[in-house]
Amino acid sequence: MHAIQIVLICFAVFAMSRVLIRHRRGLMRMLHVELWLLFWVAVVVVALRPGTTDLLATWLGVGRGVDTAMYLALLMIFYLLFRSFGKIEDLDRQLTRVVRANALREMEQDLTAAKDHERPGEK
Amino acid sequence: MPPFPSHVSMAKRIIVIPAYNEELTIADVVSGAVKIADCVVVVDDGSRDRTSALAKQAGALVVRHAVNRGVGAALGTGIEAALRLDADAVVTMDADGQHRAEDAAKVFERLAEGDVEFVIGSRMKKSEDPGNMPAHRVLFNTVGNVLTYLLFGVWVTDSQSGLRGLSRNAASTIELRTNGMESLSEFIKEKKDKHWRLAEVPIKAIYTDYSMSKGQNFFVGVKVALRLIWRRFFG
Repeated sequence: MHAIQIVLICFAVFAMSRVLIRHRRGLMRMLHVELWLLFWVAVVVVALRPGTTDLLATWLGVGRGVDTAMYLALLMIFYLLFRSFGKIEDLDRQLTRVVRANALREMEQDLTAAKDHERPGEK
Repeated sequence: MPPFPSHVSMAKRIIVIPAYNEELTIADVVSGAVKIADCVVVVDDGSRDRTSALAKQAGALVVRHAVNRGVGAALGTGIEAALRLDADAVVTMDADGQHRAEDAAKVFERLAEGDVEFVIGSRMKKSEDPGNMPAHRVLFNTVGNVLTYLLFGVWVTDSQSGLRGLSRNAASTIELRTNGMESLSEFIKEKKDKHWRLAEVPIKAIYTDYSMSKGQNFFVGVKVALRLIWRRFFG
C-alpha cells in the first residue's frame, strides 16, 4: 500500500467521524449524513482499489480514472461553494431582518416615550 | 429635552439618511434636511462614533442598527420607519455631505406633481450647475448604469445616485434584498418589477476629500457587480 492511500483512508475515516459527531449533536440532517458517508466511503474504495475509477472513466468517456475523480471533485467543490454562498446570503438577510425589527421596535418605544413626555401635566 | 421633535407625529415629507461613522458631517446634513422636510430619519448603521448623538441633536429621529448591515439594509430600515411615521413621500440622501438639501427639495417637488412614483436625483443629467464630479467617478457611474441596464433592462443616467425619492405607494411595495452598495441598482430593478413611473431631476453633487474617502473603490465596485449578478440570477 502506498503512503497516499493511507493518507486518503485516514482522512476519510476522520471526516466520517466528524459527520457522525455532528449528526449525534443534532447539527446535521439524516440526508446530509447519508450523502457525506457515501462520498467518504467512495473515497476509501477508490483509495483501496484505484482501478474502480477507470471503470467510471470508461463509462463516462473520460480517458483516465484519476482525471474523472479530479473532474468530479472540482464539480463538487464548485457546487458546495455555490451552496455556501447562497446560505451566507440567506443568513445575511435573516440577520438584517432581526436587526431591523429591533431598531424599529426601539424607535416606536422611544416615540411612545416622547409622546408621554409631551403630554400636558407630565412635563 | 424630548428624544424627538414634536412634529414627528404629523410627518409627511420624510428624508431618510443612512449613516455609518459619519460624525464629521451628519450634523450639517441633518441641519439642512430638517429645513425642507417634515421629519428626518437617520438610520445609524451600527456606528462606533457619535453619529447617533449628533444626528439627534441636529433634529433627526434616529433609528439605530445594533450592528453594521450596509447601506441597503439601512435604507430598507429607514423606508420602513418612514412608512410607520405616515410618510407621503420619502427621499433618501447620503450622510457624507455629498447632497444638497435644496436638491432633496426638488425631488420632493417632482414627486408632489403626482405623475411618477420614483424620482432619481441625477448627477449625470445636464444641469446649469453640474458640480464637480471627478472623471473616475463619471466612469464608475457609467459602468454602473450599463451594468444596471444589462441586468435589469432599465436605462437611467445615474443608477448609483443616493438621492432619490419614492411616493408612499412605491415605498410601501419596495423589497430591497441586498444589504450593501448593490442596493443602489436594486432600486432600479424594483422600478421595473413594480412598474413605477420614473423621473430624473438634475442635482449637483458636492465632492470633498471626505466624501471621496468614503466612496467606492475598484474592488468594492467589483464586489457590488458580482452581488448584482447574483441578485439578478439567483434572487
